[in-house]
Amino acid sequence: MKFSIKVTLKKDVLDPQGKVVQQTLQNMGMSMLKSLRQGKYFEIEINEINESKAKDQIENMCKKLLVNLIIEDFEISKI
Amino acid sequence: MNSSVIVFPGSNCDRDVAVALGKLKFKNTMVWHKETILPKSDLIVIPGGFSYGDYLRSGAIAAKSNILNEVINAANNGCLVLGICNGFQILTEAGLLKGVLLRNKNLKFIGKDIYVKTLNTDNKFCNKYKQDQVLKFNIAHNEGNYFTSLDHLKKLEDQNLIPFKYCDSKGTINEESNPNGSLNNIAGIFNERKNILGLMPHPERMVDQIISNNNGINLFASLLN
Repeated sequence: MKFSIKVTLKKDVLDPQGKVVQQTLQNMGMSMLKSLRQGKYFEIEINEINESKAKDQIENMCKKLLVNLIIEDFEISKI
Repeated sequence: MNSSVIVFPGSNCDRDVAVALGKLKFKNTMVWHKETILPKSDLIVIPGGFSYGDYLRSGAIAAKSNILNEVINAANNGCLVLGICNGFQILTEAGLLKGVLLRNKNLKFIGKDIYVKTLNTDNKFCNKYKQDQVLKFNIAHNEGNYFTSLDHLKKLEDQNLIPFKYCDSKGTINEESNPNGSLNNIAGIFNERKNILGLMPHPERMVDQIISNNNGINLFASLLN
């Protein structure tokens, strides 16, 4: 079973990289651009056929290593 | 006094720390991260560098290595733990210190000499310094921008758990003297028991007048007190 994990910085955390990307796009003439935040993306395949069990395991991976919960949020989806 | 310096793939300040400890006659052992047994230690140093190439997040992978379980146990039993630069990042990722080190505000790697002000000398790490003493240290990092919750920040200030803040050569702590955007100019913090210190500047680079200055030697000398 395969999942995607989207990791984003929490709202209150400064995202200087995102800011620079946003400014660059705006400098390139994309004036409609309102805001931009940069994040991370993982694809994980695991040996488990029960979807809810699989999701629990993925969530555990996120909490234990993939995500720093002080500054990041995550979202798991099945692919 | 027995010390252990933990070495990860990508550590690059481990030998500098060993030299500093050697100057003060610590009985030091270098400990590879795959070890599962820590030699008897009064002090554990997690040195600077780029453990695991800073993959995922700085310090995140090193924080899950074999030896860190032993470091966590020792720290919880009161052993002194010093994390410098990447070592500070590893301590936060391992949960031994609260908060996180974000990318520098200006997005640049900063390698230069800076000043810090000593704000707490009543502890094992800084007792050889004078209150409000200004020290010239060196920083070399890309993620040194300390961030934490407002509650924790208040606790750090109220309980005097911030021994070092960035300042200018005269000791003024303000936005201009903050190199990386760190909250309240924080350069280093303690845990509540003050047996764990994490700091971004490198005191081990300042232990010899010939190559720099010796402002850092008293940090290691304090530990012998």
